[in-house]
Amino acid sequence: MTVDYVLRRLGMFVLIIFVAGTLNFAIPRLRPTNPVEERMNQLLQQAGGVHIANVKEMIASYEERFGLNNPLWRQYLNYWIALAKLDFGQSIAYFPADVTREVMRSMPWTLGLVGVTTVMAAVIGSFFGAWLGWTRTPITVSFVVPILLIVTAVPFYLLGLLMLWVFTVFWPVLPGGGAHDPLLAPMFDLTTIIDILQHAILPGAAIILSSVGFWGLGMRGMMVTTMGDDFIKLAEFKGLKERRIFLRYAVRNALLPQVTGLAINIGFVVSGSVLVEVLFAYPGIGNLLYTAITSNDYFLIQGVLMYVIFAVGLMLFVVDLIYPLIDPRIRYRSV
Amino acid sequence: MANMDTTALEPQLSSSYDVTVFEEETRWVKVTGAIQRNVLLFAGSLLILAVVLFAVAGSLIIDEERTLVGFAHEERETADGSIKDVVAPRLRPSSEFWFGTDQFARDIFAYVAYGTLGTLWMGLIAGIIGIGIGTLLGFIGGYFGGWLDGVIVVLSDALITIPGLMLLITISAYLDQLTVEQLGILIGVISWMGTTRVVRAQVLTLKNRAYVEVSKFNGQRDMEIVVSELIPNLAPFIAAAFVGAVAGAILLSIGLSALGLGPQNEPSLGLMAFWFIRFGAVPQGMWWWFGPPIVVIAIFVVGLFVITAGFDQIANPRLRTSV
Repeated sequence: MTVDYVLRRLGMFVLIIFVAGTLNFAIPRLRPTNPVEERMNQLLQQAGGVHIANVKEMIASYEERFGLNNPLWRQYLNYWIALAKLDFGQSIAYFPADVTREVMRSMPWTLGLVGVTTVMAAVIGSFFGAWLGWTRTPITVSFVVPILLIVTAVPFYLLGLLMLWVFTVFWPVLPGGGAHDPLLAPMFDLTTIIDILQHAILPGAAIILSSVGFWGLGMRGMMVTTMGDDFIKLAEFKGLKERRIFLRYAVRNALLPQVTGLAINIGFVVSGSVLVEVLFAYPGIGNLLYTAITSNDYFLIQGVLMYVIFAVGLMLFVVDLIYPLIDPRIRYRSV
Repeated sequence: MANMDTTALEPQLSSSYDVTVFEEETRWVKVTGAIQRNVLLFAGSLLILAVVLFAVAGSLIIDEERTLVGFAHEERETADGSIKDVVAPRLRPSSEFWFGTDQFARDIFAYVAYGTLGTLWMGLIAGIIGIGIGTLLGFIGGYFGGWLDGVIVVLSDALITIPGLMLLITISAYLDQLTVEQLGILIGVISWMGTTRVVRAQVLTLKNRAYVEVSKFNGQRDMEIVVSELIPNLAPFIAAAFVGAVAGAILLSIGLSALGLGPQNEPSLGLMAFWFIRFGAVPQGMWWWFGPPIVVIAIFVVGLFVITAGFDQIANPRLRTSV
């Protein structure tokens, strides 16, 4: 791996963070009035549920943090220094909780749900697609292609909504929301694990169902191209077993571009899972973002978005580094 | 494969045999490709047309008043035997209200028709703006090159990785009420990157073709070459990008509106999603509330996907053997 390639990719990653961070800094300041101050005043007026002392403390911490009397470049600099320390300020809705702490509390649920389902969808979809693209698969199977197209086209959350209706109202067999039974004591035993899995089935299935088509169709296309390659013909002429040609020759080669697919898909999965989590009241990052939006908790919104963009950028960076390692046909050119 | 022995023994015969097979294969691929392409474009357009017709005809026939909160009334017998005209939320589909009424006594059929119209309008605006910016930047980058090209490439590479929904949430969380048109413009402004990449790549290959060189030697100016030589050759790519941009914009707007950040005062499918998620249409079992908008969205998006697949085959002949 050449140093040049790694540096370029790293530069791209830094640039993504820079662009996102700058937008995050600039957009709130484009408004003529200060949204956070407005929000604080709102809280002061309502005064219900929020201690006035608390609000005053919030305003003080806010002013100290942003030093709004400073010139703009100074504010910008301070903003990046704070970001580098992972200091996103304190949540308005959960004051005085740190934004970072709130994000870290929700992160495991999202990683568990979205991470596991994405890997499952990729594996299931790729092998199903490979089977679809395999020349010896009966032609009648191709009727699933339009079905795959439809489930891919329908957004995660709408598919999830239909499933929610089917399995909690029409035929109530699964829990309708949350990540675990609130009455259950959080212990690491079999009942808890089963309970958590039960709660994850519906949101997980929604994500898997709508991304399996993406993987399947992509893999099928690559299989069709690969099957036309000379080395497959050679393998056939050599009289290799079908199983071996399928797994070691065709699938192995067709699978490589799917890794790029992973890179393209990450953004979609993250955005889609925000809505899935809201729909199923799953206590992950998406739901945290939703709460932040509905309560105009600007620091929390900024913090969550920066973490998400950081995560997506990091994953893309890693995929970019891994890809040339597993596919020797790719040179480390400037891409 | 049974011919293996003969090919080894009689190379002359085998080569002629191979050539005929190859020719037949390519001809067959071409024919099936053309049929598939037409079928895909045709089927996709049909689906889109059905949705557009539903929205336009529906909103022309139906009074907009029916989409307002508290519109639906029905006569009910009260406890003392008299008949009273009362507001009627949560009605099941009937001859009076084809898709029933929602929790706020709005006529769902009327709301879906007007909402589809609003969403389509939004998608159209976003698509046109996204394509406009994307094509312009792609042309500038591809045709003129230089440092400007570098900036465009790096910027589009960085922006394309930031999930659009996240960017939209960041922006709209700080904005006051958006209108459908403003949302369209906003989405257009943040989703030009895909088009820029496609157009730039095409311009790069096209600008070195002989006919462009000829035009240059003939003393045509850059703008003339762009208009007379490049744009006609790029049309299928731009059309495909437009279809993709509209589909993406509509899905984005629905996602954003479902979170409650979209336009709140005009009917749209996304706003409807916000209502039925927020007010528990699912736990109440009101399938006639969440069903119709989901079906409309599904038909529309599948239609656009199919059209994109059709365009892809025109633009990328390698795909003609696959989907």
